[in-house]
This record gives sequence, C-alpha cells and structure tokens, in this order.
Amino acid sequence: MPSEYRNFIEVIGSKTKPVRISIHNISHIINEIFYWAFISPFKGFPIRVKACINEMVKAGYNSVPIISVISFFIGVILAFQAAYQLKKVGALIYVANLVGVSLTRELGPIITAIIVSGRSGSAYAAEIGSMKAAEEIDALISMGINPVRFIVVPKLVALMIMVPALTVFSDLIGIFGGFVLSTTILEIHPLNYFNQTVNALLVKDVLTGLMKAWAFGVVITIVGVYQGFMVKGGAEEVGLRTTSAVVASIFLVIVSDLFFTALFYYFT
Amino acid sequence: MEKVIEVENLITHYGDREILKNISFSIPKSSITVILGGSGCGKSTLLKHLIGLLKPTSGKIIINGNDITKLNEDQMNEIRKKMGILFQGAALLNSMTILENVALPLHEHTKLKESTIEIMVRMKLDLVGLSGFDSFYPSQLSGGMKKRAGLARALALDPEMLFFDEPSAGLDPVTAAGLDELIIKLNKVFRMTIIVVTHELPSVFKIADYIIMLDKGYVIFTGTLNELKNSDNPRIRMFLERQPEEEKYSPDDYFRVIAGE
Repeated sequence: MPSEYRNFIEVIGSKTKPVRISIHNISHIINEIFYWAFISPFKGFPIRVKACINEMVKAGYNSVPIISVISFFIGVILAFQAAYQLKKVGALIYVANLVGVSLTRELGPIITAIIVSGRSGSAYAAEIGSMKAAEEIDALISMGINPVRFIVVPKLVALMIMVPALTVFSDLIGIFGGFVLSTTILEIHPLNYFNQTVNALLVKDVLTGLMKAWAFGVVITIVGVYQGFMVKGGAEEVGLRTTSAVVASIFLVIVSDLFFTALFYYFT
Repeated sequence: MEKVIEVENLITHYGDREILKNISFSIPKSSITVILGGSGCGKSTLLKHLIGLLKPTSGKIIINGNDITKLNEDQMNEIRKKMGILFQGAALLNSMTILENVALPLHEHTKLKESTIEIMVRMKLDLVGLSGFDSFYPSQLSGGMKKRAGLARALALDPEMLFFDEPSAGLDPVTAAGLDELIIKLNKVFRMTIIVVTHELPSVFKIADYIIMLDKGYVIFTGTLNELKNSDNPRIRMFLERQPEEEKYSPDDYFRVIAGE
C-alpha cells in the first residue's frame, strides 16, 4: 500500500527533523563562537579584556575554595584506596606514584571540569537564557553589537585559561592530600614520598592533563551558551535549559575525555 | 510627504503559521507614526522585521533607500546605528549600571574619550529626567524609570528613527502620560521620526500624527487620527469603542468543540 510507505517515510521525517535542526543550531553557534574569538580580533573587533578578566574571576578565582577542598579529599581517598591493595604486596611507597599519576593525568582535569560545569556552565545557560527572555539579546543586536562577541567570547577566553589553571591547582592540592595521609597514617617518610612523586611524574602526564582541561573549558562554554541561546519562552524554560546544560556538559566532558585519553595512549 | 520606511508585500511566518499577510505601507519622515492593533495581530512581529531582527518570508522593507531584507550583517549594523529602539521591558543589561548601559553604544561605535562619553550620557539621562541615577543598577529602578533609561540608551547615538514597543505597557496612567510627553518632545525638538507600536487608545489619541492599523495580519487602515476617528470600518469601530469580539460559536458548536470533534 503506497499510503503505508508514505506514513513510514513521514514518521522518519518527523523524528529526524528536530535532530537536523539542533545539529544546524549547534554548528551555527560553534561557527559564530570561533569566528568572533579567533578571527574577528584580527579584523578590528578586539576581545573585551575587562569582561574576560571579570569572567575569569567569576569562573576561576571564585571556585578555588571548592576545588581545593574536593581535590584534597580526592587525594586522601586515592591514597587510602591505593594503600589497601599495595600494603598486601609490601609496596606502600607506590602510593605516591598512583596518587601523582592518576591525579595529573585524569582526576585533576575531570574533577575541575565537573565543578566548573556545575558552577559556570549552568550560570552561562541561565544568564544568556534570562537575557534572551528579557529581550536583552535583541537589544544588543539592535544596537549593532554581536551578542556572541559581547557575551560569549569573554566566557570562552576565561574558561580556556581558567580550567587549565584550576587543574594545575587541583593537581597540587590533590597530591598534597595524598602526601598528608601517607606521611601520617601510612607512616611513609615525607622526603621519600616527595622523591617518589617527583620521579613518577613525567612532564607528559601533566601536559596531557592540561590539554584535556583546555578542551573541557571549550566544551563547557559551548554547551552552556548553546542552551542559553535556545531559550525561547520565559523563566520556566531557563530552568530546564540550565539543568540540561549541566547534564550535557558533564556528559560531553567525559566523552571528550575518552577521546583524548585514547588519543594520548596511542600517540604519546 | 517624504517617506523614510516603505514596506512592500511583506509576508512573514512563525513556523508554519502565517503572521503578516502581504502588507504594504509607508512611514512618513519626522512625524509620529503609530502602528495600532489588538493583541496577536502581528504588530510586534512587524516591529521586529522593521529593525531587522527577523527576516521575512518575502517582500521588501526599504529604509532610506536600502532594502534591509537583502543586507548582510555589517551593512545592517550601519542602518541600525541610525535607529534607536525602546523595548517593552526596556531590555537594559542587568549586569551594568545605568551609566554603562547608556554608554554601551557609544563605546562600541565611537572612538570618543571616556570623559566625553560620560558627559554625553549625563546629557541623555537629563533629557529623559533621570539625572543623578547614573550609578544605579536596572534592578534598583522602577518600571517607568527603566523605560526612561532604555530611552536614554536608544538616544545615545542621536538616531534618525526611534522605535517604541508598547511604551505604556505596565505603567500607571501618570507615568505613561509622562512618557507620551517625552515622545512628543523628541519629535518636536529633534525632528526625529518616531514609530510607536501600541494598543493603548489614550496614548494614540495624544501622540499620533499618522496611524497604521493591523488586524489579523492585514493592514486595515492608514491615515491621520481624524480619518481613523471618522472611519466606518466595523473592525476599527469595535476597536475604538472597546467592543468585545462577537461570540465565535453557537452553544451547539461549543459542545462539539469541547467534545473534541
């Protein structure tokens, strides 16, 4: 029956059309962001340095306390878990290797990214969403000011700098957490622990961690901003978009982490 | 009469729904034009097309001889510098003070010194009666003051055309009348072309030089205030005399509608 075929094709169409539209919207926003962040500064539209610093304070400096506390605890937890296995084989000193390497390569970047998603990714979606609902975005456009350049680029610059910076900080505090536990409860000599950590860590470990952190910063900004710009209705939708910004950015941070880890495994 | 904006055969859609159905009109220079119509007639949509926020399905919008539906973003921005827009909720940026808000277009589009910009901002704020509020944030102002601040921002670049989206919405009669006075003053003193979108009749009777009335996506009237008052079009009479829409269906139809047939 031709009508059944037609129905079938219509169902496929109606299911795939929204997906096609979101792909179009996402690629449009990514395109705009990268144009205004990396190309237009060379065409006489400078980046707003003051706004960037402002965003860096909000996203970076203000999340230092929470990142220190969480990283410290993660360091302690890692040392405990490592000791649980390593003391069976009498290799307690390797706690230092495990804590140092797993924090710099993996846990430092990912913990920082998750905290930044929760703090800044959601804030970006809410800020842009409520600006959209209050016609502020329309007002910017009607004044001849591109909203992506005005609002998004400072946020992107801030996260591209601050997520790696916070990651370095998180690595150090985490290692310090492991150090504190090992030198007290596990009774490892502080100097031995220090030397063991320094010997275990390679520059490569730290650098791959920082590259991941940079990519996470980009992912978090794009997701938060995209969700914000997609707000069409009022306050209720701002709430929904904020939630999905956090969920989607944590998901995509982990997906891109998998990608980069696989890449570094084969190519470094 | 010199025309500043000409709209020809404009058709627009929201999704699949047709909003403006092939409308044509023109707006005279240096006068106050009111775009009048009931809720949902497409007047806000029309305004968004006039200022280039939305692209129409087809038709032309000619501003100062340029068809803005065919311009790219840079060319459109040049036209936008000659436009000031006061949005319904004023649309001030909440993260900035009133001074920074009004200074924003000057910072972005001119190379003036900071001290010059501050003086210009204070002049605009004085013009709208907001002297001394430069360091306040939008959230600290009342609705009427926000609108005045939004107007100061719209005036920042000394525009040729000034657009108002529902200027009296959400204001008490006294404040709304004050805003009407301000609109008349701007027109008389600076010879600005002013386009007001509204459905408030008292305000229309006070300010309008020229009226364009929309109904269900069609232009049903263009002319002066007196011509509007003397019109015998039933839809216009309903609007002017505040009559409700006629009952849409009979009781029988109603039962069919609620039964979902």
